[in-house]
Parts: sequence; C-alpha cells; structure tokens
Amino acid sequence: MYRYDEFDHKLVADRVNQFRGQVERRVSGALTEDQFKPLRLMNGVYLQLHAYMLRVAIPYGTLCSAQMRMLAHIARKYDRGYGHFTTRQNIQYNWPALDKIPDLLDELAGVEMHAIQTSGNCIRNVTSDQYAGAIEGEVEDPRIISEIIRQWSTFHPEFTYLPRKFKIAVTGHVNDRAAIKLHDIGLVVKRNNDGDIGYEVHVGGGQGRTPFVAKKMTDFVPKAKLLAYLEAVMRVYNMLGRRDNSYKARIKILVHETGQEEMQRLIEAEFSKIDASQMLTVPQEEIDRISAYFAPPAFQTLAAKSDGFTQAQSQDADFARFVRANVVAHKQAGYAIVNISLKPIGGVPGDATDAQMDVIADLAEKYSLDEVRVTHEQNLVLPHVKLDELKTVYDALAAHDLATANLGLISDQIACPGLDYCNLANARSIPLAQEISERFADLDRQYDIGELKIKISGCINACGHHHVGHIGILGVDKKGTEFYQISLGGAADENAAIGQITGRAFTEEDIVDAIETVVTTYTDLRADGERFIDTYNRLGMAPFKERLYD
Amino acid sequence: MAQHAAKGARFQAVTANRLSDGEVVYWAADNRWVEGFADAEIADGADAADALLARAIPADFEAHVLEPYLFEVLEDGAFYKPASVRETIRAAGPTVRLDLGKQAGA
Repeated sequence: MYRYDEFDHKLVADRVNQFRGQVERRVSGALTEDQFKPLRLMNGVYLQLHAYMLRVAIPYGTLCSAQMRMLAHIARKYDRGYGHFTTRQNIQYNWPALDKIPDLLDELAGVEMHAIQTSGNCIRNVTSDQYAGAIEGEVEDPRIISEIIRQWSTFHPEFTYLPRKFKIAVTGHVNDRAAIKLHDIGLVVKRNNDGDIGYEVHVGGGQGRTPFVAKKMTDFVPKAKLLAYLEAVMRVYNMLGRRDNSYKARIKILVHETGQEEMQRLIEAEFSKIDASQMLTVPQEEIDRISAYFAPPAFQTLAAKSDGFTQAQSQDADFARFVRANVVAHKQAGYAIVNISLKPIGGVPGDATDAQMDVIADLAEKYSLDEVRVTHEQNLVLPHVKLDELKTVYDALAAHDLATANLGLISDQIACPGLDYCNLANARSIPLAQEISERFADLDRQYDIGELKIKISGCINACGHHHVGHIGILGVDKKGTEFYQISLGGAADENAAIGQITGRAFTEEDIVDAIETVVTTYTDLRADGERFIDTYNRLGMAPFKERLYD
Repeated sequence: MAQHAAKGARFQAVTANRLSDGEVVYWAADNRWVEGFADAEIADGADAADALLARAIPADFEAHVLEPYLFEVLEDGAFYKPASVRETIRAAGPTVRLDLGKQAGA
C-alpha cells in the first residue's frame, strides 16, 4: 500500500487546521453560509435531510486494517455506530455534528485518511478494480497509476474550480470491475507490441440526467506521458466545458456536442504542447518509487489445492455456497479473493456497523496481509486469504452477518441513500432494495436466476447507477408521492451500455411485483446458459414490456 | 430552492437545519426554533405563510440555522402532518432505521 511521505502528512494536517478555522469562523458568524458552503464541500461535508454528512475518501478503494479500525472508531465516536460504503469506493457518515468534524478529520489524518476530493468541482477520488494486485491476468496493478494521478490531481490549482466534478477510474484487467466507461475519464492499462505499459483512454462517460458511455480517445499513451495526456483533456474541458448550465457542464456533454473526432483533435493538439515541454513527463525513478508501494505482498509458496479447504466445503453446505458465490481465484497459488457482501437479506446496501468494521479489520490484519478493498458495488473484499484459512475467515464473517452468499445475484443490489437521507432525492431507494431482497431471499432461487444486477437511484443524479443496471430502478416524485421507473439492459462492465426505460412508472405498492414480472419473463424465455443480460440482448425490450403493461 | 408546497397550499410551516449539528428544526409560535414538528407554528393561507417565514428569518438567522423554507402541511384530525414523503421523513427520521432520528426518542 502507498504510505504518506512528509509532504502528504503536512498537506493533510494543514488542511485539517485550515478547515478547523473555517468551521470556527462559520459558527462565530464571521463567515456566512454562502461563504462557508463551498469550503465545507471541499472537505466532504454536505447537509442532508437529518444532519450533516461527511464523505471520507478511500483512494482506489484500498484500506489497511488500521484504517478500517479508524473508520469503525469514527462511526462509534462521531456518528451513530455505522457507515455507508458508496459507489465511489468511499464511506459516508450520516450524522456528524459540524463542530466535531475537525476533530474527526484530525483522527482520520492519524491513519493517513481525509475527505479531500470527495466533493466540489475538482478531480474526485480515483477509483479502481477491487481485485487489483490479486487477480490473474492483470496487465499491471492499476493502483500504481491511480496513485500517480492522485498526487497530480490533489489541490491542482488549475483544476480546483472546474465546470463540474470530474471522476477518473482505472482498470488493469480486461474484465472491467471499475465501470471505467461510465466515468469522465476511464483508463485501461495495456501493454503495446514492444511490451511497454501504457493506457487506453476513454473520455466523456457518465450517468446523471444525461447518461453516456465514454468514447475512446486514444489506444495507447505511454506511462510516463499519461499525466500530460490527462492534463490535455482537463485543459480542453476547462476551456470549452459549459459553465452557464450545471446540467450541461460535465465533460460528457462537451464530448457529445463536440464529437469524438474533434475532441481527439483538440486533446492531441493540447497534448503535443504539454508533451513538448516535458513538464509533465513522470520521471522513471518516481514511477519506480510509487510502484514499489504496490509490489506484491509477501505471499507464501503454497500448494494450489488445500485438502482442508476442500473438506470444509464437503462438511458445511453454507460454506460451500459462500465459496461458490463470493470467492474468486487468486493469481497466487494457495490464496483466494474473498468478497464480503454488505447486502444481507433485508439489509441496507453498503451499510456496515462499527462492530462489523472492527471484525473485518481484524480479519484483514490476521488473514489478508493487512488489506481490505471497497467495491463500487458497495461490498468489501479481503484480497489475499489463504485457502487453508478460508473456513476460519468465513466462520468469523458468518458470526457477524457478513457471509451472505449472494455476490452478483439479484439481492446484491446497488442502492443510493435515497430519500431516507439525501437532500436531493425524490424517492426512497433503500426500502425498495430491502423489499426486493426479501422477495428473492431464497438463495436457491437466486442461484437459478443467476447473475443479475439491480441498481436503484432515488433521483436522476443516478448515484445508484440505475442507468447501467441489468434492471435499473429510478425513483421519481409525482406531487409528493414516490413512483419508480424501470429500465432494462444496462451494463457497467467492459460491455458498458445504458439501459432503456420500459414505460410508465410504477407505484411503491406495485414496483416489486413489476420486478418479479421482469425476472420471470427472463426465466421463462432464457436459452441454456443465458444470463439475464444475454436474454435481454437477444430478445430486446418487447417481451418484457408486453408482460409488464398488458 | 426546491418547491416544498403545492400552489394553493393552505397550511404551511417553516423548517430548517440547525447550524451546529444539522438537526431538523421548526419555527414555533414563541419565536424560536424547536426540534419537534408537533410544536411548529402552522400558517393558514399564503399571506400568513409569508409572514411566518419573515419572522423565522431575521437578519441574524444564519447564526442558528441553514436554508429555512416553507413546506405544506395537512390537517390530520385535530393535528397536522407534513404533506410530502420528504417532510414526513425529515420530521421522523429514516424509514429504514427507526432507531435513529426524532422517531427514536418518541
């Protein structure tokens, strides 16, 4: 993992002290709310329905046990005993008091954490693949370039007041688990014919009220030149992005209105100027320094198979189910990647209690080489667990309601906080996710349905990624009453697609029945081996629409 | 600011969030912010609502609360209740965590 150097420590400490002064001046009346609001937003502090909300950054979704333990401590001391892991691989606290937030941030800084780049019109916290450094077939650990981007983008004066927020995601694997094509910039780590590492760059993806899949701008930018290329993209955006209408201010609108070819030309023209100056060519020694932080951990040399692991599965059917659904092969023989579902049946997607976070921290420290990952699908991962110790880990997870064997299944839903917490929401998301989860609680039925990603947003801002759900659900408000619109056929992976709306919205009473109708239409019509998305792509909207509305 | 009352709404109250901790508060008849919706002053008619909001936001209101606004309420027998789901949730707490928010102490 990356560890702070003296500059990082000072930068974060200075920021906490600066914010402490800003809070004191707001409380004393020296600052008006209009003056203070942009300052608090630059420190991750929002005002929601019931209280302030603090969003804490988890760069590229990687945590060590001490950091996870601190997140648990924060939940206990400053909040109401829980936190909410988000689709940006961050964590949100729903109840902190404003005057205590500087102390909270001070404690976070003690474990090299902060709330920088979690809000405001800046380059936000970089997100990446939760299996980074653990999965077979990765070109390179995507956290290396993610960290380089973080260091370049943090407090970059040119990009502190962008037209709108700006999100970058990176994958180092052909299987995209970071939804890179739904970001302002999506990067795919590649190797060229000479064996050199570089990046395929996609620009202009995003969700919200105008969803777009990003357009590929270039096939390959060498590693040392990537920052120059990114700076070129940012400069084109900063110069030409709209500032007159916040709904049209994201780079996706600029790309759409300018066209892919012209955007490529503009970016290349800017890139050639920056590249010629060599000001942003990353020195090899700096690449090496940061790469060293992400060198493979001290894996033991183990047999590829574990008799104990095999035997435990034969003796414990629940464990066998967990392995089948939540455990992924590791690149290192004798190890496995363990997904921890934060979607217990009837639970709140993404929520974890302080006690659960402490358990996960202990397990990471003891059994996963001190690492935890956060996924954009609001789950957690222990990336490096020995097969020999997997049953022990499972038992500990199960004892704390953390062993639901539903990864990628219908009950593993993304849901935004919705109208239960969010000031922008039009409808509730969480109760709907809970009802769907309970309707399909039977795991055997879930396994029969197979991979199916339901994503729920409580408003058009799409924090719940409804546009890219196999089944997407959007909450809308009609004269103070909640309705829910269904879309089908979205995807957030390497085959990214925006879902299509089925038709008129459903009432709160009818929406879960409607979802069941969609699911049974699929199970009735699927061919052998077809997942939901395959059947939808083969048959299109018509049969689903017919059953929903006729 | 979002519209929190339908055109022609008869009854309205004023709400905001407290500066120090973000707690939902309501303007009460004794000219102070209170935590419970039951203690909120209810205005009958548009003119009364405008007057109520004016009383709730004196020059120094920002020293105490954030973003005060009028919202619609409905008669509920002898009492009143918020008209929208949003204000019902603000008045009680998250519907998915009945142990949190104002409902927890009810």
